[in-house]
Amino acid sequence: MIGIVSYGVYVPLYRIRVEEIAKQWGENGASIKAGLMVEAKSVPDLDEDAATMAVEAARAAILRASLNPRDIGAIYVGAESHPYAVKPTATIVAAAIDASNSITAADFEFACKAGTAAIQTCMGLVSMGEIRYGLAIGSDTSQASPGDALEYTAAAGSAAFVIGQDRVVAEIEDYASFTTDTPDFWRRDMQKYPSHSGRFTGEPAYFRHTIAATEALLEKTGLQPADFDFAVFHQPNGKFPLKAAKSLGFSSAQVKPGLLVPYIGNTYSAASLIGLAAVLDKASPSQRILLTSFGSGAGSDSFAFRVTDRIEEVQDKARKVEHFIRSKKYLDYAAYAKHQGKIRM
Amino acid sequence: MASTAKFWREQAARYNLEGTRCVNCGAFFYPPRIVCPRCRRNGVIERYKFKGTGEIITYTTVYQAPRNLNRQMPYALAIIKLDEGPRLLSEVICDPEELSTGMRVRSVFRRIGEEGEQGIIYYGTKFVPA
Repeated sequence: MIGIVSYGVYVPLYRIRVEEIAKQWGENGASIKAGLMVEAKSVPDLDEDAATMAVEAARAAILRASLNPRDIGAIYVGAESHPYAVKPTATIVAAAIDASNSITAADFEFACKAGTAAIQTCMGLVSMGEIRYGLAIGSDTSQASPGDALEYTAAAGSAAFVIGQDRVVAEIEDYASFTTDTPDFWRRDMQKYPSHSGRFTGEPAYFRHTIAATEALLEKTGLQPADFDFAVFHQPNGKFPLKAAKSLGFSSAQVKPGLLVPYIGNTYSAASLIGLAAVLDKASPSQRILLTSFGSGAGSDSFAFRVTDRIEEVQDKARKVEHFIRSKKYLDYAAYAKHQGKIRM
Repeated sequence: MASTAKFWREQAARYNLEGTRCVNCGAFFYPPRIVCPRCRRNGVIERYKFKGTGEIITYTTVYQAPRNLNRQMPYALAIIKLDEGPRLLSEVICDPEELSTGMRVRSVFRRIGEEGEQGIIYYGTKFVPA
């Protein structure tokens, strides 16, 4: 049985409200907040980046299941905001969790789905028997051009998942992916901020891929939406995942436990994974979870998880997502701009 | 800031609070010592990873920072006594007004500096209120 052995998350302490951003740009904050279904987004501290957050999430995952980091044979970190253009984040994580040097490691980039691609890669190595555990991380301090629509949601967070065949807390029953060459969102080399195609990011990008991957999974497994207790979708805003869920036949009650974007914004590579962690925090044995990520460019990975009896042993052993949602300090726009490096000194 | 090679040599200590202890007398050392000053040739030194919890012995608030820490002003520096005994100087991440002596803290992984925009980023341990 291949599955999740442990998991850990990290969300920075700081937040900025959507209305505070809107105020700077003469926009209607209440209307944007309602339109996006997002109240606030997380903001990294001045000394945090995708690597530091990945380390915090990875350490939480190791703590949760009392794992020996020396049993990890592969580390993959997915992000679109790796601190270095060349110098793998995965090496920093490996050193900071005291992993063995005899491991394979690499950084992944696939916009917001690099973390689920990392999970799939770990599954391959685990199923081949090459490694005991693989560590897959999605971590981002996402950036948005000041005044751009993305600025309301581009947030920071990290989620780490240990994949293996023993001590599994959620079996990966199956997965399906859907990938095309769709230019909905991108960042060219040396550019500080990403660009996007406005409304084009909706139907031909998010919805097409999310729905196609989920439908492929349902067909492959013979499962129906009603067979799942929870459904977690990539969450660039509050509306997209609810709309995708509805068109696939999932209810909002299945989606809401894993819908964190209203409180912390879109944490990019970590977004759907933090949603999955929030669901695992409260799941009971034998419950079934759907996870469908989406990464611009574009692709989706859809997974069916079945929670095992072991989940109850690990749920309270590390900080839950709820802890990070509750712990927060709000910044004004000037402090936020300083935190995000938008002010050059 | 340290050179790339110097920092790299100290990586385990900075990332993971790795020090040493003397098996003979039970003393803990951070930063790591390779000889026990008490037991000398009778000492038996081994690697030890500190738990990362401790308390603030004393602290100060920095209003005149080195250039690379300008953005973080004002920030708090404290002498922290780790639960195993050794004391170290570290930044404590919180509003300086929240600090007090005896306050419990725990270690976190943060950026501690960089060699300019083109250079190496230095990562390491700081503390937050526990």
